[in-house]
Amino acid sequence: MDILLYLIPVSLLLGLLGLVAFLWTMRSRQYEDLDGAAARILFDDQPRKETPK
Amino acid sequence: MSLIGRAQPVAPAAVSAAACAHCGARLAPGQARFCCAGCEGAHGLVAGLGLDAFYRRQLTEAGTLRPEAAAPAIDLAPFATTERDGVHRLDLVIAGLTCGACVWLVEQALAAEPDVLSARAALATRRLSVTWRGEASRANDLVGLLARLGFRAAPWSPACLRATEDAEGRALTRALGIAFFGSMNVMLVSVAVWVGGDMGEATRHGLHWLAALIGLPVVLVAGMPFYRSAWVALRAGRPSMDMAVSLGVLATAAMSLSETWFNGPYTYFDGATALIALLLAGRVLDRAARRRARQSVAELLALQEGVVTRLLPDGRNEAVPAEAVVAGDRVLVAAGERLRLDGVAAEETLLDAAATTGESVPRAFAPGDALPAGAVNMGAAFTMTVSAAAKDGSLAAMARLLERAEQAKGRFVAIADRAARVYVPAAHAVAAATFLLWWGVLGAPWQVGLVNAVCVLLITCPCALALAVPAVQVVAVGALFRRGVLVTSSTALERLASVDHAVLDKTGTLTEGRPVLLPEGQDDAMLARAAGMAHASRHPLAQALARACPEAPPADAVREIPGQGLEAGAARLGSPAFVGLPATSDGMTLAFREGEAAPVLFRFADRMREDAPEAVAALAALGLKAELLSGDGEGAVAALAWQAGIAEWRAGADPVAKQARIAALAAAGRRPLMVGDGINDAAALAAAHVSASPAGATDLAQSAADLVLKRDGLAMLPVAIRIARRAQAIARQNIGFSAGYNLVAVPLAVAGMVTPLVAALVMASSSIIVVMNALRAGKD
Repeated sequence: MDILLYLIPVSLLLGLLGLVAFLWTMRSRQYEDLDGAAARILFDDQPRKETPK
Repeated sequence: MSLIGRAQPVAPAAVSAAACAHCGARLAPGQARFCCAGCEGAHGLVAGLGLDAFYRRQLTEAGTLRPEAAAPAIDLAPFATTERDGVHRLDLVIAGLTCGACVWLVEQALAAEPDVLSARAALATRRLSVTWRGEASRANDLVGLLARLGFRAAPWSPACLRATEDAEGRALTRALGIAFFGSMNVMLVSVAVWVGGDMGEATRHGLHWLAALIGLPVVLVAGMPFYRSAWVALRAGRPSMDMAVSLGVLATAAMSLSETWFNGPYTYFDGATALIALLLAGRVLDRAARRRARQSVAELLALQEGVVTRLLPDGRNEAVPAEAVVAGDRVLVAAGERLRLDGVAAEETLLDAAATTGESVPRAFAPGDALPAGAVNMGAAFTMTVSAAAKDGSLAAMARLLERAEQAKGRFVAIADRAARVYVPAAHAVAAATFLLWWGVLGAPWQVGLVNAVCVLLITCPCALALAVPAVQVVAVGALFRRGVLVTSSTALERLASVDHAVLDKTGTLTEGRPVLLPEGQDDAMLARAAGMAHASRHPLAQALARACPEAPPADAVREIPGQGLEAGAARLGSPAFVGLPATSDGMTLAFREGEAAPVLFRFADRMREDAPEAVAALAALGLKAELLSGDGEGAVAALAWQAGIAEWRAGADPVAKQARIAALAAAGRRPLMVGDGINDAAALAAAHVSASPAGATDLAQSAADLVLKRDGLAMLPVAIRIARRAQAIARQNIGFSAGYNLVAVPLAVAGMVTPLVAALVMASSSIIVVMNALRAGKD
C-alpha cells in the first residue's frame, strides 16, 4: 500500500491545479461573455490595423 | 373624434421570397436587392470596408439591422472619458448585437478607422468599449458609423452595469467550483473506503483524515452562501430551506469529524460536499436564468435614456443628463423628442401626451400651460422653462406611487418557500425522534443515535427540492427569452401561472402607440416622393410617413422650416397651413403639394395592433377575462374594445383610478394580469398580481413590469401564460417527487441502514430525475 503515499498526493495536486485554474478564469472574467467567446474563435482574420494595447 | 375605428391594417400586397441583402427583411415587389435606402447604404459601407464575410455568417432576425432613416442625434461626446493624453474611451450598449458575426462586423468596422486604438464588443452584455486617439467629439462619428450599419447605440448606463456586474453570482460560481473540487476528491477517498473491506485499520484511519482534510475546509468555505442566508432567516424567525441545509451539512461534518477521530467505519464528508455542490448548482442556474433577461431590459432602458439640451445664459447650449437640470433652467425640446422634465413654454406647443394620460390624439398646450414630463413633442422645437427638477417632478411622484404600490402588494411566497415551511420542521422533528429512539428506547450508545439522527438530516436535505424549482425556471425562462419575453422577477412565472383576469391598457398596448399612415388611396408615386422628403425630418408624422414607404429614395436638398414643414425645390410637405390649406386641429395630418398641383393630405392615426383580437381570444381560451382600462375618451375606448373583442371597458381612468381598479379586483379575490406601457400605467402595473409591458413602453412602465414583451404585439402573452402554467405543473411534480423519494429513504435512515454509499445514490439519482423532468418545461 506504499504506492498510496505517492498516488494520493499526486491526484490531490492535479485536482488543486484544476481548482486554481478555475479560480484564475473566474478572476480574469472569462465567464462574462460565453456566447461571444464561442463566436470569436471563428473570426479568422486579424483586425486590418494594428491595435496597440 | 377617434380615427381608430376606421383604421385598416396596411397589408403587404404580395410577399416576394427574396430578402434584403443587408437586414434580411422580405422585399416588397419591385425591390431588387434592398428593402430601403438605409440598407443599401449599409451594404455599400460593409462592402467598402471589405467585410462582406459578415453576410455569410450573420444570424440576426430579419429586419433588426435596418438602419433608421433619421437616427436620434444624442451628443455622445460628454460620455467619453479621457484615459491618458489624447486617448478617449467610450462604453456603449449596442442594440441589434445578436450574433457572433455582428460582433465581428462592429469590431472590424471600428478598428478600420485610422484613429481607433481598440474596439471590443461583448455579445452577452451587448457592451462595446472603444478607445481612440483624438477629440472626444469623434464619439459621434463612430456611433454614426454604427447607426449606418444598422446598430443603435446608447451610452452604457449604471443600470446596465448593475444588470451585468453580478458580484453575488460570481461568489456563487466560485463556491460551486470549490465544492465540486472538494466533492470529487473526497469521493475518490470515500470510494476506496467503501470497497476496501479488507483494508487495514491504520490505512482506513489515514484515509478518513485525508477526507477530513479536504472536506472540512470545503464545507466551511463553499457552504458560506447557505450559512449566511440561514442566519438571516433565523434572525427573522422563519424557517427556510437554507436553515435545513446549513444544519444538515454542519451536523454531518461534525459527526464525520468525530467518526474520523474515533476511526469509525465510515465518514460522510463526501455526502456533505456533494450536497453543497448540487445545491450551489441550483443557485447558479437560478441566477443565470434571469441575468440575460435583466440585461436585455437594461439595454431597452438605456436606449431610451437621453440627454437634455440646456440653454446657457450666453446663448450656447450644452447636453446634460436630465438629473442635472434644476427648476428655472431653460431647455430646448427638439421635434419628436420626449420631455424628460416638467416645464412651461412661452409659446403654443403640440404634445402627444399618450404616455402620461392615455389620450390618443396630440393636444395643443397654450402658452403658460404646465407641460407634463413624458409627453412627446409633435410640433416644432421649442424652449421650455423647467418647473421642477427631475427628483421633484411628476415622473418622480409617479415612481413614489409605484414604490408604495409594490410595498402594498406584500411579499409573494414562492412555491419552494411554502414547501420549506412544512418540510423543514418535519425533517428536524424526524431527526430528533430518531436520536431519542436509538438512545432512549433501544438503549444504544448515544454516538450511534447521533450518527443515525444526522443521517436523517443528510438524507432529508432538500437536494432534489433545491434543484426542482430552479431547473424548471431556467428552462422556462430560457424558452420565453427565445420567444422575446423577458422575465425579470424571480417569482413572475409562478404568479403568471395563476392569473385569472387580464387588464389591458389601450394606447401603446392594444394599439401601436405611434402614428401610422391611413391608406386612403394615395397615389404610390406621389407617396414615394413625399416619403423621400419625409426621410429628412425627425418629426413623428414625417417618420411615420417614411416608415409607410421605406423603399422611397431620399430626396435631395430638403430644407426644414421649423414648426411648419419641409421644402425641396417646388415641393412642400408639412402642416396643412404650410401648403395653403385651412389648419386642422388634431395635429395628425400632413399635407403635400408639388408646385401648383392640388395638395394631397396624408392622415395618420394610432392603429390597433393586428394581433390584438387574436391575443384577446387566446387569453379568453386560457380562462382570462379581458378588460380595457384607458385614460382616453369614451368614444375611442368603446370603438377599440369592440374591435378587439373586449366586452368590459373603462374610459377616462387616471393613474390613481387604474391602480384602484386593480386593487378592487384583488380585493374581489381575482388575480389580475396588467398589461400597459405608459407612465400612467406604472402604478397599476406594480399593484397587479403580475404585469407585462410591451417593448416600446416608457422606462417607468418597463421597470415596474414583471415581464417585458420584446417583440411587437401581444401574441406572445398567451404563450407566456401557457409556458408558465406548464412550468408550474412540472415544478409541483418535482416537489412531489422529491417528497416521495424522502418517504422511501427516511425510514432507511431512521433504521440506521444509510451508509454513505446509499446517501450518495439517493442524492444523485433524485437530482438527475428532477433535472430531466425540468427539461420538459420549455415546450409551448
